[in-house]
Amino acid sequence: MALQSLDIKQRSATTTPPPGVRETAKVAKLIDISKCIGCKACQSACMEWNDLRDQIGETRGYYDNPRDLSENSWTLMRFYEVEPQGSLEWLIRKDGCMHCADPGCLKACPSPGAIVQYSNGIVDFHEENCIGCGYCVTGCPFNIPRISKKDSKAYKCTLCSDRVSVGLEPACVKTCPTGAIVFGAKEDMIDHAEARIEDLKERGYQNAGLYDPQGVGGTHVMYVLQHADKPELYGLPKDPKVSPVVSLWKGVAKPIALLLLGVAVIGSFLHYVKVGPNEAEGEQEKKTKEPA
Amino acid sequence: MNPDLIERYKTADRINHWLVAIAFVLLALSGLALFHPSLFWLTNLFGGGPWTRILHPFIGLFMFVFFVALALRFWRHNLLTAADKQWLKQIDDVLNNREDKLPESGRYNAGQKVLFWVMAVCMVLLLLTGIVIWQPYFAPAFTVTLLRIAVLLHALSAFVLILGIIVHIYAAIWVKGTVGAMMRGTVTRTWARRHHAGWYREVSGGRR
Repeated sequence: MALQSLDIKQRSATTTPPPGVRETAKVAKLIDISKCIGCKACQSACMEWNDLRDQIGETRGYYDNPRDLSENSWTLMRFYEVEPQGSLEWLIRKDGCMHCADPGCLKACPSPGAIVQYSNGIVDFHEENCIGCGYCVTGCPFNIPRISKKDSKAYKCTLCSDRVSVGLEPACVKTCPTGAIVFGAKEDMIDHAEARIEDLKERGYQNAGLYDPQGVGGTHVMYVLQHADKPELYGLPKDPKVSPVVSLWKGVAKPIALLLLGVAVIGSFLHYVKVGPNEAEGEQEKKTKEPA
Repeated sequence: MNPDLIERYKTADRINHWLVAIAFVLLALSGLALFHPSLFWLTNLFGGGPWTRILHPFIGLFMFVFFVALALRFWRHNLLTAADKQWLKQIDDVLNNREDKLPESGRYNAGQKVLFWVMAVCMVLLLLTGIVIWQPYFAPAFTVTLLRIAVLLHALSAFVLILGIIVHIYAAIWVKGTVGAMMRGTVTRTWARRHHAGWYREVSGGRR
């Protein structure tokens, strides 16, 4: 959001180092699903801080409201009724950008500076540089970015980069009434999670654990899950990775394709230098002269 | 008309060809701009990033429609024959201007024919994958898995097409008298005899 930042780790579609002299501590938001009561205060706080108002939708007979993330709803409580250990459990997950250490959206983005990753780990969209191509959608393993129908720009959770940059915690963290969402240095959040996991294990959740998927280099939004062995229960991918198709497309294919096109042009030119033009008229003269 | 010249392309064919060519250049420039960061500056030619994203698919539709018009006219002449296989085997003679050693070509030689079909396949792939990833109109209707496959295939077929066109343009520069065929519509009898003897016999009524 801020145009001048000196702590940028990665910048989309940029092949030289971005301004990154300032090193900031890695931050993380930890969401403890076992403490969440589904009050949606975080959704309200997000709307409030970011000045966003989604359209009023229609109910589908269950608690998810609105139905999905959108350009105006950057976070959303998703409700799951499951029976992983025989009895009914109501799992409520606050969905939103995971702020991957290895962000697929940034990798896929063709527009310089439309997506940046700060050294604190926050992945931010700079909409003024967004061209609306939707490539970030293909890059994301968590189905997060949404393209606005109003302005064709991509939007998602900023982890309140504007608040964090001035030493405040994200709005959702500030408002959470049960302390299910906490924010701080990533290391501290992992320590905090470990204590929570121990507690959960004592209370019968043997598979309690931390969701900090390494397939995307870890994330700066982490979950404490009661059933960490089955993240699918919460609508989370088990082993999220940037799709190999996207890695190929915006990885090796990019320089190799360009190189081969260059080789074709230069090769053609050198062929001309070597064998010269293929001239019909010259042949004609030779032929008419030969018999004579 | 100069009796030494024969007609190879009618006015309509030439206009059609150049409309496809202009569209191709615009598409290659705008497409490469979004493919590799080092070429993003090419978006300036189209009025910036968002304009490039907006214009590219419409130019693409234009190219496809006019390519189909061209292909409908020429596909019959591009069916591969046994002689063409032999021609392709002697690619070394082709590249070293030893055309007299090659089997006789009809209206198009084997290289042109192969290129024609490569272009046709690429055009269809580009159209289909292009529609899938077209923001904001169609892309939201498809699953993310399909979008991923489509972006990769789109880039791949564009790469093959651009490579093909590099060969196409170079061949036109290399084989003298070829550009005139598409600009003015005519070639010399000598040109026709040397490069497309079969076709020359057809159009000149057996004259050698």
